[in-house]
Amino acid sequence: MYRYDEFDAAFVSQRVDQFRDQVARRLSGELTEEQFRPHRLMNGLYLQLHSYMLRIAVPYGLLNARQMRKLADIARKYDRGYGHFTTRQNLQFNWPALKDTPDILAELASVEMHAIQTSGNCIRNVTADHFAGVAKDETVDPRPYAEILRQWSSLHPEFTFLPRKFKIAVNGAARDRAVIQAHDIGLQAVKNAQGEVGFEVYVGGGLGRTPMIGRKISDFVAEKDLIAYVDAILRVYNLEGRRDNKYKARIKILVHEKGESPMREAVEKEFAARRGEELTLPAEEVARIQAYFAPPALKAREAKSARVEHRASHDARFRDFVATNLSAHKTPGYAIVTVSLKPIGKPPGDASADQMDALADLAEDYSQDEMRVSHEQNIILPYVALDDLPAVYDRLSSVGLSTPNAGLVSDIIACPGLDYCALATARSIPVAERISERFGDGARARDIGPLKIKISGCINACGHHHVGHIGILGLERAGEETYQITLGGSGDETASIGQITGPGFSSEKVVDAIETIVDTYKGLRTDENEEFLAAFRRVGMQPFKEALYERSAGSDI
Amino acid sequence: MAEIVTANRLGDGVVVFLDAQLRWVAPFAQAAVFANESAKEAAIAAAKLSEARNEVVDPYLVEVVARGGGFAPKSLRESIRAHGPTIQFIFGGSALGAARSAQEGVHVPL
Repeated sequence: MYRYDEFDAAFVSQRVDQFRDQVARRLSGELTEEQFRPHRLMNGLYLQLHSYMLRIAVPYGLLNARQMRKLADIARKYDRGYGHFTTRQNLQFNWPALKDTPDILAELASVEMHAIQTSGNCIRNVTADHFAGVAKDETVDPRPYAEILRQWSSLHPEFTFLPRKFKIAVNGAARDRAVIQAHDIGLQAVKNAQGEVGFEVYVGGGLGRTPMIGRKISDFVAEKDLIAYVDAILRVYNLEGRRDNKYKARIKILVHEKGESPMREAVEKEFAARRGEELTLPAEEVARIQAYFAPPALKAREAKSARVEHRASHDARFRDFVATNLSAHKTPGYAIVTVSLKPIGKPPGDASADQMDALADLAEDYSQDEMRVSHEQNIILPYVALDDLPAVYDRLSSVGLSTPNAGLVSDIIACPGLDYCALATARSIPVAERISERFGDGARARDIGPLKIKISGCINACGHHHVGHIGILGLERAGEETYQITLGGSGDETASIGQITGPGFSSEKVVDAIETIVDTYKGLRTDENEEFLAAFRRVGMQPFKEALYERSAGSDI
Repeated sequence: MAEIVTANRLGDGVVVFLDAQLRWVAPFAQAAVFANESAKEAAIAAAKLSEARNEVVDPYLVEVVARGGGFAPKSLRESIRAHGPTIQFIFGGSALGAARSAQEGVHVPL
C-alpha cells in the first residue's frame, strides 16, 4: 500500500496543528460556530443528532493492521468502543468530543491517516473496487490510479470550493464492484488491443434526490491523460455547475440539463486546450506509485485445500461460510475473504474495538497485513491461503465475525438513519436489523440466493437504496416513519435505478412487505439459479405490485 | 403548547436541556417544561445568551406532549435525541440507548 513520504507526513501533521488551533479558538469563543463550521467540516467533523461525528478517510478502503489497531484504540479512548464503516469505504466515530478531536487527528496522523476532504464541496475520498489487485476477473489494478487521483485532488486549490461535493470511483475488473456509474466520475480501467492501460469515463452519475446513471463520455482516455481529462471535467463543472440551488448543484444535473453530447464536447475542448502540458502523467511516476501496490510474493499452493474440504465435510456453518464469503483470487490456492459486518439483528457496518483488533491480528497473521473496507460495509481479507481458512474462520467466530451471509439477503447496506443522523427522516438501522432477523443467514437466506437490500433514512441516499435490488427509503409523513420500496436497482456494470413499487409502508409493515417481495420472487423464478435481479428484469414490476397491494394486506399509508 | 429547550454542549457535543433554573443538564428527566409564552421567551433568551458565551451550539425549542405519566418529545427525532439510538448494538443488547434511558429517565416528570 501507499506509504507517506516526508511531504505527506509534514502536510498532514501541519493540518493537525492548524485544526488544534482552530478548535482552541472555537472553545475560547474567538471563533463563532458559523466561522468554525467550515473548518471542522474540512476536517470531517460534523455535529449530528446526539454528538459530534468524525468521518475518517480510508483511501479506496485500504487499511493495514497498524491503522486498524489505531482505530480500535481511538474507539476505546475517545469514543464508545465501536466504529461504523460506511458506504464510502470510510469509518465514522459517532461520539467524539470536540475538545478531543485534535488529539484524535494527531493519533491518526501517526499511522498515516486523516479526515481531510471527508466533507465539504470538494473532491471526496476516492473509492475503488474492494477486491482490487486480487480479483480473478481484474484487468487493471485500480489502486495506483485511485492514489494518483487522491494526491492530485488533495487540497486542490481550484477544486476546494466546487458547486457541490464530488465523488470519484475507480474499477478495473469485469465486474463493477465500485458502483462507478453512480458517481460524479466513474472510471473503468481497461486495456486496449495494444495492451495499453486507459479509462472508460462515466460522468454525471449519482443517487440522492435525483438519481442518475452516469453517461459514458469517453471509451478510452490514455493512462498519461487521466489527470488532464478528469481536470477538464472538473473545470467544466466548476464553471457551469449551478451554485444557485444546492439541490441542483451536482454534476449530474449539469450533465442532464446540458445533454450528454454537449457535455462531452465541452470536456474535450477543455482537455484539448490543456493536454500534453503539466498534467500529463509521467510513466516513471505511474510506475513509482504502482510499486507501492506490487503484489506480495505469495507462496505457490495447490488450487484445492484438503483441510478446507475436510472441515466443510462435517461443519455446515463453515461450509456455508466458504460458499458465500469467499471470492475467486487471481493466485491459485488463495481466497479473498469477506468478513461480514452484518451479524443477524445488529447494525450493518459497526465493529467493536475488540473486533477491529481481531481483524488487525488476522490481517497480520494471514493476509499480508492488509484489509479493505468495502462500500457494502464489510471488511475484506484479500490474501488468505485456502489452507488457513479453518483457522481464520475459527478466530472470526470467536469475535462474532463469521456470519456466513456475504451477498445474501441479510448482508444489508444501511445508512445511520434517524438513530444518529441530523438529516435523516426515518430510521434505517432498526429496519435492517429486523429484516436480517426475519431471513437470517441459514437455509432460508441461501435458498433466496444473491440479493442486495439497501436502506437509506432520507432522500440523500447514503444507503444507496436506488441501486439496491430491493431499495428502501425511509421518509416521514405526518409524524410517522414510512418506507418507500424500490425494485430492480443495481450498482454493478449493468447499473440501473430501482422503480418505486407504489405507496410506502409503515415501520410495522415494511418487513412483511419485503417478505412478500421475496416470496413473490421465489414463486416466479424459473429455477433456483435465476437470481432476484434477473427475475425482476424478466417479469417487471407487475407481479410484485399485485402481491404487495392486492393480494396481501397492502400498504397502510 | 408545552416545550422544552435543547442544544448540544460545545465542548463534547452532548445533548443538553434547560432545567427549571435555566441551567443546562444532560438528563432529559431534569428538563423543564415551559408552558406559557413568557416562560418560553425567557428560556430561549437564556439559551441564546449561553450560546453567545460559547457553552452550547444551536439551542431550540422542542414540543413535548403528555405521555406515559410524564412529558415526552412529540417527534421521533427529538425522542431519539433525548434517549439515544433505538438500535441493538454489536456488543449485545441495546447498550447505549437503554443505559442512557435507565440512568436518565424516559420522561420529564409531570
